[in-house]
Amino acid sequence: MYEETILEVNAINKRFGGLEILKEVSFDVSRGERIGIIGPNGAGKTTFFNLLTGDLTPTQGTIAFHGKHITNEPNYKRTRRGIARTFQKNNLLEKLSIFENLLLVLQRKHGIKSTWFKVRNNRSYRALYEEAEALLETWGLHGRRNTKVENLSYGEQRQIEIMLGVATDPSVLLLDEPTAGMSQSETDYIVELLKNLPEALTLMIIEHDLDVIFGLSDRMLVLYNGHVLADDTPEAIRDNQQVNEIYMGKARVV
Amino acid sequence: MKIYLKFSTALLLFAASPFILTSFHINLLTEILIFGIFALSLNVIVGYTGLVSLGHAAFFGAGAYTAGIIAQNISANLLFTLGGAVLLSVILACIIGLFCLKVSGFYFLMLTLAFSQMVYSFVYQSTGWTGGSNGLSGIPNPILFGWELSNTVWVFYVVASLFLVVYAILGIITESPFGKVLVGIKENEKRLKSMGYHTNIYKYAAFVISGIFGGVAGALYTYFNGFIAPSDIYWTMSGTVLIMVLIGGAGTMLGPVLGAALIVLLETIVSTYTNMWMMILGAVFIIFVIFFPSGIYGISKDIFKGIQNHTVRPKVKNISNEKVS
Ligand SMILES: Nc1ncnc2c1ncn2[C@@H]1O[C@H](COP(=O)(O)OP(=O)(O)OP(=O)(O)O)[C@@H](O)[C@H]1O
Ligand SMILES: [Mg+2]
Repeated sequence: MYEETILEVNAINKRFGGLEILKEVSFDVSRGERIGIIGPNGAGKTTFFNLLTGDLTPTQGTIAFHGKHITNEPNYKRTRRGIARTFQKNNLLEKLSIFENLLLVLQRKHGIKSTWFKVRNNRSYRALYEEAEALLETWGLHGRRNTKVENLSYGEQRQIEIMLGVATDPSVLLLDEPTAGMSQSETDYIVELLKNLPEALTLMIIEHDLDVIFGLSDRMLVLYNGHVLADDTPEAIRDNQQVNEIYMGKARVV
Repeated sequence: MKIYLKFSTALLLFAASPFILTSFHINLLTEILIFGIFALSLNVIVGYTGLVSLGHAAFFGAGAYTAGIIAQNISANLLFTLGGAVLLSVILACIIGLFCLKVSGFYFLMLTLAFSQMVYSFVYQSTGWTGGSNGLSGIPNPILFGWELSNTVWVFYVVASLFLVVYAILGIITESPFGKVLVGIKENEKRLKSMGYHTNIYKYAAFVISGIFGGVAGALYTYFNGFIAPSDIYWTMSGTVLIMVLIGGAGTMLGPVLGAALIVLLETIVSTYTNMWMMILGAVFIIFVIFFPSGIYGISKDIFKGIQNHTVRPKVKNISNEKVS
């Protein structure tokens, strides 16, 4: 872990109508941290992510990224700053191929996104296509590059969610239940994959699978009813009486 | 390379047409190409970006009336009339797009309709400029480099060349990085935003491009017809061109042109027998929506593939048909 703070969340609050979903959440993230976020259904975990990515803006409070205020910045700008996410529910370009999904991410990075007078192919944009091919190779998807996303298994689609996030070259990657709905072997595969991501990449992971989350995190945040119940090391969370009662009451962690 | 071959073939065919076809058929072909451009322009937003507009006649009308009014009052020079038509279409698209793109889906459709009807009633009321309900008649023939395009064949050549130019431009745009972003937006705008795209800018640009070429089609129609009626800018015109795109095959290049061809031909044939054209148009549309949702282009592709699979590999199930380029 590095000492540098990259994300500062200061007393953010989110209301939907009269309902206060997040209450006074404050939180600092350092570079390279692996933060697990747990909490019962409806605790506000996904909403918290939406506020960090700009898919929603907070009712009150501020968010700073690398010292710059981004509280009300729209999501596409934050992606360019280096905040990427995966979605709890697969949210891909289903009718397009894996390759096209990836090319769209990369062409923005290569700065050719709004070129409109030149046909895009592997001759006109060699570097772009080479990078996409190389990425597919590392993710073990090269053989199926032309397969439409909708024809992939659920587990593979989850994997592509992560790949597209990583491909934006983020400094923070927010993973919303990356292994939800996966078989044990698929889960193991994803966990390995996440462990192998670059050390300097900050990860925040929402996960209900406690084995996964304790295996990946070096710090854990427990959200309960919209506020931070605990923010500590995994060991301390394991021993936290309150957390055990509220969250893990049924399935105590060993 | 293949693309150049196709293009040259089309060029040759167009060049040869006047020597093969009667002037009646040349007129028909001219009309098909004009509506082909009109449908192609609408396809940019409907087929590629996923924004279904029911107000595209506004641009056709703007282009047509601008070209006509300039020809009557200032100069019949084609460069002037076409330039004026493009300019007004851009301005109109910039304004209408600004409002309509604030909403999406059904509301987008309704707002585009509302704007085009506003343009219609403006044209209808401004009798001094547009001739109101009488339309604009006696428009002088267009002049190109001092040459008056006084007969069907010259107009056909102008329309056919512009058709090829527009087809090439839109073909490149839709295959460019920009065009790929539009397709992404159609598929899942939320994901595109998440990738870092400012999708509103892209939608706006697509809307303006669509408007420009809609205006070009309108101007060409003026050269072809020599007369503009307010019905050319009415919402039924928007409906007709939308049907051309949908039954031809939205989101493909050839589809909208095929759709335009079918509708223009049908209308020509049908109107000699009955004046219930709108009813028949509706019926054709319904048949396509229910039985051939992928449009003429989709059907032809399926048939073509079917033939190929039968003759080339009769028994092997076609699972590895994916092209690895
Ligand atoms: N756009 C919205 N409008 C109104 N209420 C919302 C909205 N989004 C979320 N909520 C509500 O906010 C609460 C928290 O939702 P959130 O999705 O953040 O929970 P979560 O912790 O991610 O739960 P889960 O573990 O089930 O994914 C829920 O009660 C939900 O109904
Ligand atoms: Mg959630």
